[in-house]
Amino acid sequence: MAKANLMDYDKALELYEVVIGLEVHIELNTKTKMFCGCKNDFGDEPNTNVCPICIGLPGSLPVVNRKAVESSISIGLALGCSIAPTGGFSRKNYFYPDLAKNYQTSQFRDPIAFDGQLDVEVPSGNKFTVLIERAHMEEDAGKLTHIGGATGRIQGAEYSLVDYNRAGVPLVEIVTKPVFGAGAEAPELAAAYVRSIREIVKALGVSDARMERGNVRCDANVSIRPHGQDKLGTRTETKNVNSLRSIERAVRYEIQRQAAILSAGGTITQETRHWHEDKGSTSSGRPKSDADDYRYFPEPDLVPVEPSTELIEKLRALLPENPADRRKRLAAEWGFAEMEFRDVVNAGLMDFIEEAVAAGAKPQAARKWYSGEIARIANSEDKDVSEMNITPAQVAEIATLVESGKINDRIAREVLSAVLAGEGSPTEIVSSRNLEVVSDDGALIAAIDEALAKQPDVLEKIREGKVQAAGAVIGAVMQAMKGQADAARVRELVLERANQ
Amino acid sequence: MSDVTPHLVRHLANLARIELDESEVVRFTEQLGLILDSVAKISSAIDENTPSTSHPIPLTNVFREDIIEPSLSQEQALSGAPDQGQGRFRVAAILDEE
Repeated sequence: MAKANLMDYDKALELYEVVIGLEVHIELNTKTKMFCGCKNDFGDEPNTNVCPICIGLPGSLPVVNRKAVESSISIGLALGCSIAPTGGFSRKNYFYPDLAKNYQTSQFRDPIAFDGQLDVEVPSGNKFTVLIERAHMEEDAGKLTHIGGATGRIQGAEYSLVDYNRAGVPLVEIVTKPVFGAGAEAPELAAAYVRSIREIVKALGVSDARMERGNVRCDANVSIRPHGQDKLGTRTETKNVNSLRSIERAVRYEIQRQAAILSAGGTITQETRHWHEDKGSTSSGRPKSDADDYRYFPEPDLVPVEPSTELIEKLRALLPENPADRRKRLAAEWGFAEMEFRDVVNAGLMDFIEEAVAAGAKPQAARKWYSGEIARIANSEDKDVSEMNITPAQVAEIATLVESGKINDRIAREVLSAVLAGEGSPTEIVSSRNLEVVSDDGALIAAIDEALAKQPDVLEKIREGKVQAAGAVIGAVMQAMKGQADAARVRELVLERANQ
Repeated sequence: MSDVTPHLVRHLANLARIELDESEVVRFTEQLGLILDSVAKISSAIDENTPSTSHPIPLTNVFREDIIEPSLSQEQALSGAPDQGQGRFRVAAILDEE
């Protein structure tokens, strides 16, 4: 496959206006599937959480999961949507073995929620309002594994194996209206929008919201048009963008790719494209064509859903604090500098820090651990902080051990890696590895005497005002104590000695 | 008269993965047209104030509680499958999205 030409990003924005649209699928964490009582858990042995309904056997009758409807309404309300007084399900007909019924049960004409909006802040601090067109309920499809062919991908595959454990898992699809005016920040806005959606569904408790597990999936529509042109450009829909970073990269890539084509006099093909994280590029999927003629019609096996005003108001009253208000509150409570707080938000660390603070850590200490050492290790292992084997309570424990002087920063980093390696709680590790700092002044003074004996001129230098000379003694003492001393205390003791 | 054309019938046949020969296309164009014309008579009995309904019985909000019920065993699930492998349904590779 030939590598696409890309236009320089700044140049592309000089010539074209960017319009994006985002479709986010949220997998709900109900106990059971959307239309049957099978367990909503697709990590189990293949085809063990399936029944006549979700594998589409003739004569089976679907029934709507009440909890899934309530979760969908909550999502709609949290996005400022109106809730449809009546809405039903439709059949979206297509032939593909990821669903055994030859149709997906979805909402077409009457989505459960519509006309909402979400305020989103991008890393620069700029704020945008994203208008929500609709949020509708549907079911997930099964999982296909392609066998044969050189790479195990669909191209050249000999056959496919289907596991229907995921078929019928409840989804809510949230669709934005076209988003204008983000300019060069369109990629950041796309990622920030998905992050906000993820925060909201997590706060609502309606989804596990783990992107790496596909609980939150994003399709990004991108089009560009010359500045001043009214007519929208032809859009492409990039699928398979399943991390915040890849959403940002994929949107940016599409802007550059489309700009290169248009400026060379070419036309954009309306098509789905696939994002390849490894190559950092998109490739052509299939063109929009006859296959998109889904012939929706009302699902005869399901009756309309008509949520009562009481139910809607009950769910509205249960909504958690909205993410923008929460950010404002935490920024005030924690007292971080504006840049520090923004970094925390952009790195997705706010929840962790909040939990660590609740477990007793000082906000700055929690921030330092999460955006420093933990983020660094996660990054080096190409993982998300959420995948690291440490709880916020354990981070708080480490911070408290440092705060109380039981361990110093260097030891704390050792404790942290031991926790990550699964050796136990910070306190257990400190005791099993015998890491507590020597706080016995007698032992420290003995070590200082020993160091001074080797460097007799240090005290004189300090008295002459060269306080930095103490460093050599502190270093020697720390070495003698195998690092398990409070360096600040050693420094105090050395200076005291010089002043005697 | 209806808008059903041979072109539309071929399109529908393609979507439904049904192979039709030309004589069938002609026959179904005629038959589908007749059916639609008959159904269209309903429109003379309604006006813009008539709500659209998808069900003849005024029934709404039929729900089940979110409680796990027994599923089929893997053997049962696969018992009707023409082909299978590794506990899964085996199907011909179809070139489409991943």
